[in-house]
Amino acid sequence: MQFMLLFSRQGKLRLQKWYVPLSDKEKKKITRELVQTVLARKPKMCSFLEWRDLKIVYKRYASLYFCCAIEDQDNELITLEIIHRYVELLDKYFGSVCELDIIFNFEKAYFILDEFLLGGEAQETSKKNVLKAIEQADLLQENLDFQIRLLPAGVLSPNISSESTGLFQS
Amino acid sequence: MSPSVRLQEMIRVIRSARTQGEERGIIQRECADIRAQFRQGDNGERSHSLAKLLYVHMLGYPAHFGQMECVRLIASPRYSEKRVGYLGAMMLLDEKQDASLLITNSIKNDLSHSSQFVQSLALCTLACMGSAEMCRDLATEIERLLRASQSYIKKKATLCAVHIIRKVPELTELFTPSARTLLSEKNHGVLHGAVVLITELCERNPDTLDQFRKAVPELVQIMKGLVTSSYSPEHNVAGISDPFLQVRILRLLRILGHKNDTASDAMNDLLAQVATNTDSSKTAGSAVLYETVLTIMDINSESGLRVLAVNILGRFLLNNDRNIRYISMTSLQKIVQTDHNAVQRHRGTIVDCLKDQDTSVKRRALELSLALVSAVNIRSMMKELLIFLSVCPPELRSQTASGIFNAAERYSPSKRWHIDTILHVLTTAGGDVRDETVPNLIQLITTASELHCYTVHKLYRALVKDIAQQPLVQVACWCIGEYGDLLLKGECEEIEPVQVTEDDVLDALETVLQSHMTSPATRGFALTATMKLSTRITDNVDRIRSIVSIYGSCIDLELQQRAVEYNALFKKYDHMRAAVLERMPVMDKNSPGHTNGDTPGEIKEPDTSKPKPVEAGLLIEPASQVCDLLDLLGGTDTPLQPSPAPTSTPTATSSADLLDLLGGLEPTPVPSVSVYEKNGLSLKIQCDKQTETEVTVTLTASNSTQNDITNFTLQAAVPKSVQLQMKAPSGNVIPAHGLGQVTQTVLLNNPNKVSLKMRVRVAYSNQGAIHQDTVQIDSFPSAACQPSVSPL
Repeated sequence: MQFMLLFSRQGKLRLQKWYVPLSDKEKKKITRELVQTVLARKPKMCSFLEWRDLKIVYKRYASLYFCCAIEDQDNELITLEIIHRYVELLDKYFGSVCELDIIFNFEKAYFILDEFLLGGEAQETSKKNVLKAIEQADLLQENLDFQIRLLPAGVLSPNISSESTGLFQS
Repeated sequence: MSPSVRLQEMIRVIRSARTQGEERGIIQRECADIRAQFRQGDNGERSHSLAKLLYVHMLGYPAHFGQMECVRLIASPRYSEKRVGYLGAMMLLDEKQDASLLITNSIKNDLSHSSQFVQSLALCTLACMGSAEMCRDLATEIERLLRASQSYIKKKATLCAVHIIRKVPELTELFTPSARTLLSEKNHGVLHGAVVLITELCERNPDTLDQFRKAVPELVQIMKGLVTSSYSPEHNVAGISDPFLQVRILRLLRILGHKNDTASDAMNDLLAQVATNTDSSKTAGSAVLYETVLTIMDINSESGLRVLAVNILGRFLLNNDRNIRYISMTSLQKIVQTDHNAVQRHRGTIVDCLKDQDTSVKRRALELSLALVSAVNIRSMMKELLIFLSVCPPELRSQTASGIFNAAERYSPSKRWHIDTILHVLTTAGGDVRDETVPNLIQLITTASELHCYTVHKLYRALVKDIAQQPLVQVACWCIGEYGDLLLKGECEEIEPVQVTEDDVLDALETVLQSHMTSPATRGFALTATMKLSTRITDNVDRIRSIVSIYGSCIDLELQQRAVEYNALFKKYDHMRAAVLERMPVMDKNSPGHTNGDTPGEIKEPDTSKPKPVEAGLLIEPASQVCDLLDLLGGTDTPLQPSPAPTSTPTATSSADLLDLLGGLEPTPVPSVSVYEKNGLSLKIQCDKQTETEVTVTLTASNSTQNDITNFTLQAAVPKSVQLQMKAPSGNVIPAHGLGQVTQTVLLNNPNKVSLKMRVRVAYSNQGAIHQDTVQIDSFPSAACQPSVSPL
């Protein structure tokens, strides 16, 4: 995988993970163009498209688009499964995850992604193991820092917007 | 307030900004805050400040000042700070930044940290943004970790090794031994990483590939275990046991079995098993099946297996899920050349996909359909393709049009069908066809001489209906010009006859000329067509004359030139008009990219693949043609008066040239000029200019004496820079009484364009007496002029 982008229906970037070295300007340009291209697609269209010399696999979960760029030899269908697995992990971690969770806890979303994918490839194919690792890492952080969490992650001012729709309900 | 809430608070404040300007203001304040924080040094708040900065960075604002802070935080002993520091490094630093090198040491230390989570952070960061230099420094560390005890670390180290190899391919040997042993791991994560690593090693190095071929049985075993194992909840996805691992193993098998019989044999059974037993009702199963099909097609599999694979793809084509249909067409595209017949079976479904809503699917279906066109199915396929052309999205039009043309050219069952098809395309998508379509079509029409009447009627009707499509209008104008007489005759076996009067035709052409939709090139076509009609119609020649003279003052230079020349053709050269505007001969199709000789001075085989420049060239003043030739040959002492007035030879030959290019009449032979006459032996010379520097000189010797001339030889000498090549003479006996001739061809190449001179020595025997003589030929003009000769 070359990169993964998460963006809202208005085109706002929520997460970007780059596995190839590119300058900031190039990243911005790619993001802008790709977001435009994907947002222009109609709902019933297929999840794959060719863009420049890459294959793009994308899927919409509620108000968030998950978009991956893979190379020629990569399997598009399994990439769809990877995206789905990531959403499942987020869902388990945050408890019925919605876009707001990812906005306000973006660093946790990154940590989860980094436990699932490494260098663009899946490192752990068992959902249970990934979640266990995250849990332990979080514990480590809390214990070592004696940090008391005042608020559980993901619960904030009731904002009834598209962003609070659970990702698994479309 | 807890620091992490402050981060969330900041996010909330930023989101509540109502305008872009307000947001910018907030961001600026926060960044100032963050900068102050960084300057303060270690106070427990640094990680939160960096996290805030990372959020700001994601919004698109500059965050360079955070780079050094990342470096500092990575070096911190606190896990929370390390965590954010490494995250920052992955987001803000990449191998292009100098600061990235500074974290190499920290990474090195963290790789041997006591906590596996710290090790994990280091491994993750290295695999994400490690530069080639960093990779080289840390490769041995990674290799050591590959053999570590914990699978948690092992799996990460394996993927890190993959990244290292991608950055520094020379390090493949370092990782090869450990990679082999990793295959015996039970942990799926490690196994998956190992397979990825081996794949990467094999792709980089063919020797390693040979080595790992021995691992094929082991891989087959692992796959078998996955496919036949009982339900394992941990790795199960929709009934498939660890599809991620299965797909990677299949991909590795593909690489190992490619072009290798032993390896391919070893995996045959397994592939058949996977292909038949995998449940493809969900995406996970389809992913595995897809990879299986790709593998089957790429190794030396037996034909039964290949048929199985193509059938799977055929099943995919009927799947409701659009993604699966798309995937199947992509794969079919790859194999349509090699397994053509198998793919042909699914032609119907593929053609149906042309009607799909999705453009990507349409595009795939189009490419496949074009690849499947053959002589057998051309009629039905073309029907479908033409329907598609009329409804397809604009970005696919030109591809469809050119595809249709190619197919028609290769497989058209009859000329009429071919012409009909091209006409159909021009009417539907005229704006999207390529430029060479017009000359190609014209050439095609000229070759189908029996269809001229039909074609011109059809084109006339199309023209009357719509003049917006430029290529169509151009072809129609050309045809009306050429075959206008057939149009006016009114009868045609293949279409119902419609009476077309001369006025109708001229009206149509005038409409084209005057319409604002017409491009300048098309106007040129229309004007020339009008002119040509002057010889094919009887009543309205005056009307044509007036049309032509109007354009004599047109702003467009090309049109004006044409109009002026046509006017001249009416006035001064009326006697030549019929000959000039004669019908064109059948054109030879030339290779694409061949440019016709646009230089007017060329007198060679009519090369009329582009009718326009030929016509333009034809009508340049004959006199200037002559002058050009003289100039090209480096001038002569006595330039001929460039008057087209009748000195019979120049005019006759120049019109002969024109007629040559038209090919309508018998060309008068290029006159040969006598250069030597003595004792009954006369020597004539005839020149042909082949190119700007090459001349072919033909020497003809004839004998008017009573006796035969024998042992006749010619020798020739030319100036130093000119190259001379003498061909074999036709003989060395010249019969008496002028009953026969000897000819000899001399090729001259004059690269420096010096003035050509040639000295010819003749030697022969006549009545037993040996004769020898020399004649000097001083200047070699073209066939249009007299050479000047000075006898020695």
